[in-house]
Amino acid sequence: MTPAIQVEQVFKRYGALQALGGVSLEVREGEFFGLLGPNGAGKTTLISILAGVTLATSGHARVMGHDVVADYRLARRSLGVVPQELVFDPFFTVREALTIQSGYYGLRHNKAWIDEVMHNLDLTDKADTNMRALSGGMKRRVLVGQALVHKPPVIVLDEPTAGVDVELRQALWGFIRRLNADGHTIVLTTHYLEEAEALCGRIAMLKQGRLVALDTTGNLVRAAHAGCQVDLRIDADRLPAAIAQLAVEHAAPGTWRLALKDYAELEPVLAALRTSGVRLKDVEIVRPDLEEAFVHIMSGH
Amino acid sequence: MDATPRPHEPLHGFYTLFYKEWLRFWKVSVQTILAPVLTSLLYLLVFAHTLRNRIELYPGVDLDYAAFLIPGLAMMSVLQNAFANSSSSIMQSKMTGNIVFILLPPLSHREFFAAYLLAAMARGLTVGAGVFLATLWFVHVPLAHPLWAVVFAIAGSGVMGALGIIGGMHSDKIDQLAAFQNFIILPLTFLSGVFYSIHNLSPFWQGLSHLNPIFYMIDGFRYGFLGYHDVSPWVSLGVVAVSFLALSLLTLQLIRSGYKLRH
Repeated sequence: MTPAIQVEQVFKRYGALQALGGVSLEVREGEFFGLLGPNGAGKTTLISILAGVTLATSGHARVMGHDVVADYRLARRSLGVVPQELVFDPFFTVREALTIQSGYYGLRHNKAWIDEVMHNLDLTDKADTNMRALSGGMKRRVLVGQALVHKPPVIVLDEPTAGVDVELRQALWGFIRRLNADGHTIVLTTHYLEEAEALCGRIAMLKQGRLVALDTTGNLVRAAHAGCQVDLRIDADRLPAAIAQLAVEHAAPGTWRLALKDYAELEPVLAALRTSGVRLKDVEIVRPDLEEAFVHIMSGH
Repeated sequence: MDATPRPHEPLHGFYTLFYKEWLRFWKVSVQTILAPVLTSLLYLLVFAHTLRNRIELYPGVDLDYAAFLIPGLAMMSVLQNAFANSSSSIMQSKMTGNIVFILLPPLSHREFFAAYLLAAMARGLTVGAGVFLATLWFVHVPLAHPLWAVVFAIAGSGVMGALGIIGGMHSDKIDQLAAFQNFIILPLTFLSGVFYSIHNLSPFWQGLSHLNPIFYMIDGFRYGFLGYHDVSPWVSLGVVAVSFLALSLLTLQLIRSGYKLRH
């Protein structure tokens, strides 16, 4: 099957600055894919190259098998991009903006779909409001709508929830998930790692223009720390000597974080507490998360 | 919601961009149409009043100065507004970032060019027509060769519309575009014979005027009305046509390469 996105050895230089240093990756059709990295890692540059807004210095990029330069018409028809910056055209209303955007893709009779997009983004009440009069969150919704007017099979969202309130975030993700379930490939960049962890099946991490990790979200998270960790809260000032060497952190008075090889090791720990006459007040398993994986991977490169 | 792509119509993208540009200037028509018409009327009022009977227009021809001035002013409005439309629209879109809405869709460089060009011509011609309509009531301007007037109005607005696309693409800030307008467009239009016939100039300035392509646009356009010319209208048409072709090819090439649009 043709990958939804295919990036091969893409370099981008701005004078002496190298924004992308040979990135290669593939996103399969129907995936919910995360593109993560600190500011300046090259995420937006990579997206701009896919969109044809930026031209790669060398390398190739394809959307649904169409080269973004040689076959730009089909590539762009296959792609919807929600840009990071909150841009809008002050001359038009919401409906005009969406109808015009749809027209640029050669779509004339598109009212039914535009109505559906507005409905899903909760914009129907604002259809005839001028873009200038909308709040930031509303403008963001219109940007999402503009990326969807041509029903692209591949949708790229560049930090769509930056500065967006909880309600819209929930509504937006609900809509994007439905699009994904309908077969649209989704590529997402975000600084909210819990969002990426909850939504993305696979994640690529960029650092200084290079790909430093590419795996399923589960594998990335599991690799963050070997073994497992638990937080113990006890009614004593010191850990029993038999298990003191397991402690990796003394988080608060009476609370220690222990690193175990596996959860079976928890049993001897509890036995040691019992024989020392220490009462266990609370035990909490520390689950590794994407944030930990992210910090781990970024610090390792 | 199903994910099948929708059928598309080949020319609709171009048409939409043209229509968007058309809407853009009509939505602010007080600024884009009314204001330049008013400016032309002020020129007419001041110059026609102060210069009446003071300059000889064509040797041995008795002609009302206002009737001479109006076609010149109308053409100057056509040219300046055609330039202003494409240049300010593109520059503003670049500045505000909403140019991305035009860069993301599958519009070709030809569609981009044609849409901005035609909208610029439409604005220029609308303002030009507005100047005539506004002066119709108090000055009689003859109409010797209407076809020539139409041809020069269209060709002239095309030249300036194309130049405006280049100006807009090149400028990242308002002052860059203002410099383009104040140091190139304004001197060339003012020194093109809008307010005078170059017969009144010394040979040196007459020679220099012949290097100004806008001079040919004004002279050819005015010939359509008055039936008098400084240069044969065929020569003028040749100069204007060559300018238009050369500028169009350059503009198309710049858009295709993504000059200052796709970084």
